[in-house]
Amino acid sequence: MTNHWNDIENSDCILIMGSNAAENHPISFKWVVKAQKKGATVIHVDPRFTRTSARSDMYMALRSGTDIAVLGGMIKYIIENKSYFYDYMRDYTNASFLVAEEYGFDDGLFTGYHPETTSYDKSKWAFKMDKDGVPLRDMTMEDPRCVLQLVKKHYERYTLDKVSSISGLSVKDLTSLYKTYAATGKRDKAGTIMYAMGWTQHSTGVQNIRAMAMIQLMLGNIGIAGGGVNALRGEGNVQGSTDYALLYHILPGYLKTPLAGQDTLEIYNNTYTPKSLDTKSANWWQNYPKYSASLIKAMYSEDTPEEAYNFLPRLDSHRADKYSWIPMIDRMHRGKFTGSLIWGMNPACSSPDSIKTRNALAELDWMVNVNLFQCETSDFWKGPGMDPKKIKTETFYLPCASAIEKEGSISNSGRWMQWRYAGPEPLDGVMTDGHYFHELWMELVRLYQEEGGAYPDPITRLSFNNMCEKDDKGNFHFSAQQTAKLANGWFTKDVTINGKEFKKGQQVPSFAFLQADGSTLSGNWLYCNSVTDEDGNKSERRDRTQTPEQERIGLFPNWTWCWPVNRRIIYNRASVDMKGNPWNPEKSVIRWDGKKWQGDVPDGGWAPGTYHPFIMRKHGFAQLFGPGLADGPLPEHYEPLECPVESHPFSSQLSNPTAVHIATELKAMCDPRFPFVGTTYRITEHWQSGSMTRWQSWLVEAEPQMFAEISPELAKLRGIENGERVMLESVRGSMWAIAMVTERIQTFIIDGARIHMVGMPWHYGWITPVDGGDSANMITPNVGDPNTGIPEYKAFMLNIRKLREGEK
Amino acid sequence: MKGKSFFVDLTLCTACRGCQVACKQWKKLPAEKTRNVGSHQNPQDLSSKTIRLVRFNEVRDDKGKLNWFFFPEQCRHCIEPPCKHIANMYNSDAVIQDKETGAVMMTDRAILPEGRLESWQLCPYNVPRKDEETGLWSKCDMCNDRVKVGMLPACVTSCPTGTMNFGNRDEMLELAHRRLAEVQKTKPHAYLADPESVRVIYLCEASPENYHDSLIASTETTRKMVAKAVHSTKKTRREFITGRFGQTDNRA
Repeated sequence: MTNHWNDIENSDCILIMGSNAAENHPISFKWVVKAQKKGATVIHVDPRFTRTSARSDMYMALRSGTDIAVLGGMIKYIIENKSYFYDYMRDYTNASFLVAEEYGFDDGLFTGYHPETTSYDKSKWAFKMDKDGVPLRDMTMEDPRCVLQLVKKHYERYTLDKVSSISGLSVKDLTSLYKTYAATGKRDKAGTIMYAMGWTQHSTGVQNIRAMAMIQLMLGNIGIAGGGVNALRGEGNVQGSTDYALLYHILPGYLKTPLAGQDTLEIYNNTYTPKSLDTKSANWWQNYPKYSASLIKAMYSEDTPEEAYNFLPRLDSHRADKYSWIPMIDRMHRGKFTGSLIWGMNPACSSPDSIKTRNALAELDWMVNVNLFQCETSDFWKGPGMDPKKIKTETFYLPCASAIEKEGSISNSGRWMQWRYAGPEPLDGVMTDGHYFHELWMELVRLYQEEGGAYPDPITRLSFNNMCEKDDKGNFHFSAQQTAKLANGWFTKDVTINGKEFKKGQQVPSFAFLQADGSTLSGNWLYCNSVTDEDGNKSERRDRTQTPEQERIGLFPNWTWCWPVNRRIIYNRASVDMKGNPWNPEKSVIRWDGKKWQGDVPDGGWAPGTYHPFIMRKHGFAQLFGPGLADGPLPEHYEPLECPVESHPFSSQLSNPTAVHIATELKAMCDPRFPFVGTTYRITEHWQSGSMTRWQSWLVEAEPQMFAEISPELAKLRGIENGERVMLESVRGSMWAIAMVTERIQTFIIDGARIHMVGMPWHYGWITPVDGGDSANMITPNVGDPNTGIPEYKAFMLNIRKLREGEK
Repeated sequence: MKGKSFFVDLTLCTACRGCQVACKQWKKLPAEKTRNVGSHQNPQDLSSKTIRLVRFNEVRDDKGKLNWFFFPEQCRHCIEPPCKHIANMYNSDAVIQDKETGAVMMTDRAILPEGRLESWQLCPYNVPRKDEETGLWSKCDMCNDRVKVGMLPACVTSCPTGTMNFGNRDEMLELAHRRLAEVQKTKPHAYLADPESVRVIYLCEASPENYHDSLIASTETTRKMVAKAVHSTKKTRREFITGRFGQTDNRA
């Protein structure tokens, strides 16, 4: 989130789209309700009428996968009606930038597309620069090559009729949505977006969010109280997991994983450190070498960063179709992995195409599943359709302590690093993940030392003990508190920085003091400032003190600690004019009092007008035109890869030309065998693959079985009654579900045709409860977003029918 | 008036089931074996194992708008509880009422003669349920054990949206009326359900049958109850006949 949970209370208009917040983020609704009580309008746009819709002021249904059409229409509305916040847009976004002549867009494709690699040459999307390499700007924003005019031209096609026809929303509802939301473009109004998997789990996932980011920027809603682009994170610590780079393409702190061929730290740093010659651009990522060096030093404290850089693993490319989940499982299925550590997850139920995934596990020589309880993955060889006699995989199941049984931090959606203490003791012999990693590392070191190996250094020289505490017998034990200290980082020798002296071993006060020469180490530059010598572990703070100005917007700056440097609302420089006066003094986030900033930690402590406000972007401006993504600088409507229509009105490019998929796998496109749109989702009562919640009797009592929600019209078409067991089928496989016939699912009128949707949860699995059903992923496709690889769980094609004689 | 009360704002409930589960957890009540019968509501009814139940009802109003009403049902802790008057006629102290909090609690003496009474005959809201194995009647007890040591009932503690409120009766009534006035600005037909006779005051935005047929104590139910209830042995013939045949008008 750019903002944080409490801040939702400050909003005048809350758009919940791509999210079912009341059901899946139930505590978040406390803040939505508070905003509503103060007069905020809550709008829910979702393919289904859910418990969120029941509490919203406006609800409208859209066909899953048409979010960009709807948002593109909103962009068109905002421009036509001049609902944008003009000054903000001109001074803080790249709306005024001139784009080089090479850039173009024609019939669904941007310039620079290479069909043989299904990718774009992004150099075709460059800006026009002056002789200093600073982008040229037209401050009137009327030049046909300026970003605003290019955006206007791009979304001209997104007329109300076309958007209505492809999405299923009526022209009346669309107009109402646009008018209500665009009203937050006024300087004293704040609109916020709450989104989650309904937006991300599409082959155009990242562009869905880009479209909303553009809207928020045009309306001046970024950096202000009650505004922002707010992702509702899922797992309790998924924010922490992405901060610490659980994903293949990044290192902790959102640094890049090095590529093969980037043979030295210098080459690597030069590749990823942006350079700007604009004296008014803070270009904060210019500090990249300080963060990469400090990270490497944290991992390998006995070596210089230059030496230890060689120990980091390499990728051949960052492309999502090479290393992300879908291609990885495909490789596993083809027998290309010897073994796998499957840690804290249940892919037998959570991965798309469960049948393929389960079979992929059977191709491994060995597999370790670390989990709270046994699940469909740890016990995959016992599952339906599996013959243990034919499976060679040696499986290990390691029970581990749950989050409540150990100490450590959880970073919430608002980037708050909140410290948790151990509650109950884990069962005898059950250890924490940190402990298991430590034992694993010690054993690998021993084996390398005794037996040698191809390349021992990355393991043997790893400074794992940086994360441990020593007991009085001299033995090291994994310690969460010590790891937090490491994440913040300390000085590796005595240094003087800007006249200030620091001793070896002192905690680094903030990332402004991190160095590129190995004199500092830091496990994650974002968390530098969280554990200091003066204040200790700030994430343990439970102090409600705040100034009256901070209290007005519920900032609570002394409650826990958040990154970066406890800045609660990021990009808050955009909440003031060029002189440092808040656009809305009633809900000011920061305010220049003539000498210094009051309120939140400002996005850069310098005086107003020193630097452009969006300091994390090379040029200092927020991007309406975003030339860095895999599928284009502007969001464009494409159909899901399995879709119910043969064409759409915006271009003849049916689906995302850069999407991740397995070329040899059949997909259902207007396939008469699979005529209905399938979508998967979650409910309050179960969690993810259900591997925790399905063992909990009160939760199973409330939601006992796999179900499929369908409209009365579809039920009649197939002769299905409410509560009847039915069969769901797709290209991948089939499974039973209990039909729930409800008016909350409507028929979508798409280009004149009546399109039906089947919605289902993915919480169930064969291990428990008996007769509970299996995972919805038995039928989902191996199709994903080209930037992240995230699978398109939200829109695919299936069939639903009554059970046949003898079927169970 | 002394004692505690709940104020339950149904305009805020998201049917998260936190309260339903929290109640089971605190009272150590077992889960029932259920199946999906085509509704998110589960179990389908209150029972001796499910003393708190979130009910779901999909309704399209006369303007064509789709609504989904949620009703977290519990014992109303009546000021003058009929269940106490009736049950105690069979077994003294089957039902007691805490003088401080007003909590109406069924005790281990709440075993009534077999086949003599159904729930709606004990209670105008059709809440108490009998354990089929032991014959013991039970229902929500306001988490009186928690309340007496200064804690909130388990359901109130779990609620994320502010639907569930609990405190001194006068404060809860004040809150209820204040919130009613606010809600009526956009929903003029909102009302409080039986606020003067119960300690669990629901704020509703639609007519009672949209939530559940026993949201309020309808006169129909009260009439049936009075007719079927045990009367004193000193009866007039008229009373005897009307008691037998359920008529309470003046025709013999």
